Amino acid sequence: MLFLGDFSVIKPEPGLLFWTTVIFLIFWFLMSRFAFKPIAESLKKREVDIQEALDQAKKAREEMSHLQAENEKLLAQAREERAMILKEAKEAKDEIIAEAKERANAEYKRKVESAIQDIENQKMAALVDLKNKAGQMAIEISEKILHRELANKPEQESYAKSLVDNIKLS
Amino acid sequence: MTTFRKFWIVLIFSAFGVAAIAQHGHENHPQEQAGEAAHPGGEAQDHPEAAAHPGEGHGPCGHSVSVEPEFNAGDNAVHHIADANALHIVGDLYLPLPCILYAPGHGWTLTTTAAFHAHHHGNGTKSKDGYVLVHGNVMRLKNPELAQGEIEIVDYAHQDETVDGKTKTVYSAVIDGRCEPLDAKTTFDGGIMGGGITNFYDFSITRNVFTMLLTALILFFLFRSAANASVRRNHHAPKGLQNFLEIFITFIRDEVAKPNIGAKYERYLPYLLSAFFFILGLNLIGQIPFFPGSANVTGNISVTIVLALLTFLISTFSANKHFWEHTLWMPGVPAALKILILTPIEVLGLFLKPFTLLLRLFANITAGHIVILSFVSLIFIFGNAGESVGGSVAGAIASIPLTLFMMTLELLVAFLQAFIFTMLSAVYIGTAVEEPHHH
Repeated sequence: MLFLGDFSVIKPEPGLLFWTTVIFLIFWFLMSRFAFKPIAESLKKREVDIQEALDQAKKAREEMSHLQAENEKLLAQAREERAMILKEAKEAKDEIIAEAKERANAEYKRKVESAIQDIENQKMAALVDLKNKAGQMAIEISEKILHRELANKPEQESYAKSLVDNIKLS
Repeated sequence: MTTFRKFWIVLIFSAFGVAAIAQHGHENHPQEQAGEAAHPGGEAQDHPEAAAHPGEGHGPCGHSVSVEPEFNAGDNAVHHIADANALHIVGDLYLPLPCILYAPGHGWTLTTTAAFHAHHHGNGTKSKDGYVLVHGNVMRLKNPELAQGEIEIVDYAHQDETVDGKTKTVYSAVIDGRCEPLDAKTTFDGGIMGGGITNFYDFSITRNVFTMLLTALILFFLFRSAANASVRRNHHAPKGLQNFLEIFITFIRDEVAKPNIGAKYERYLPYLLSAFFFILGLNLIGQIPFFPGSANVTGNISVTIVLALLTFLISTFSANKHFWEHTLWMPGVPAALKILILTPIEVLGLFLKPFTLLLRLFANITAGHIVILSFVSLIFIFGNAGESVGGSVAGAIASIPLTLFMMTLELLVAFLQAFIFTMLSAVYIGTAVEEPHHH
């Protein structure tokens, strides 16, 4: 038969009250001291460590992106510089070529001019020479004619004629 | 918003507790009637001089405990959820447990359950200083002349007596053919629940105390190893047991302690964690249906009283001026209203809070054990207490899925009730230490 009297779990018992208090208080003390405290501390420490690691990673990432931006800037600068250098070089080349051409032209002109001058000079010299020679010959012929005239008229004439024939303007 | 949510959580789980008690109430009535039908006699007659006849089953001292009574699922369940001095292992094998007994006028008696020379069903054959073992529980002979030395006990009997309109079961020992009435151990229910102050106090290491010690030890070693691992391997990722236990610890810390208590949570965290794991450990070990489990520890009101009392003491002694002001003399409310309604309700609430706390845990765990035991009893009811094998098989077919379902549910309840107890403890502590809001 079942009555509330048998339903002992609802009746507070001094022994069980006492032992539960003792066991739970000791359990509470031991667990707090030797289990929960070190675990809570290490959890906290680990949380701090993880946060620090994350922060560091974030910082490193930021630094990395910063570095990358700088690198890109440097690269762009280098590219610009290269372009400028190339441009300058091209200009210098063109200048050198133009100058060289000019100088070559001037030399050529000078050479041609000096050649013309030389030719002119030679020509003049030859003409002077020729004039001198023609004068000499004319003098000689006149000399001879004068000689002959003095002797014979026909002979003079043939002689003059032979003289003239002898003059070979070569 | 959070207070609103808290309120709902409290309301829902209070409803669970009430439902659990209602369930248990339901369970009892048909069995009581069945019990009455099984023993139509029940005449409360006292024939102390007449010899007991154990063979008959119903002697002048009442029903003999040696005669197997008809199977009664209610009796069976009530017997199994109760605390006991004898710790049954298997068959007729009992683990001897220390008995620490005190009788006013006689003094302390220190012995073990082995001294009672118990045979099957935990009934002792010898008395020791007037103490005997009936159904695995220590009882004491009322007769002071028998309170010394060892006395041979032939049998025990019980019958129902009605005193002042209250019916209760009275046990007696059969010694030399005489009926010697027995006293059960003292309980602090003031007679409301059928107990009261008797001629002795039992401070023994009972089944429940043994289970509590065992659970506390297991938990301590588990957590010690986890603590060692977490200190030693601090710079490694947590793994294994350490990781598993840390999940619970961080859960209680971040979801229970921090949001409910606030900035001062660290002071109360060890208590909340201890209560959570103590209750959870006992709930779970109680789910194991054989030695060393099966003890219904958190379903015993003595255990929940102590735990709820600790929460009450901690929250009351942590309470600040703001809390007392709001409890005893709520500002901004007319004085008459305060005196007549608000303050009495608030003061009542101070004591109701731990009371609901202890009742909820007790009722849920006890109800779970009763339901499981009832489902297991189906096998014996269908099998007509072992007489019909076919019935037993049919009972088993019906019982196994139901029991399996219930045990799974109880596994959930084990976690849930541990969590709810911790949660509400945190809520009560939180309200006590709450700093005033400046509007």
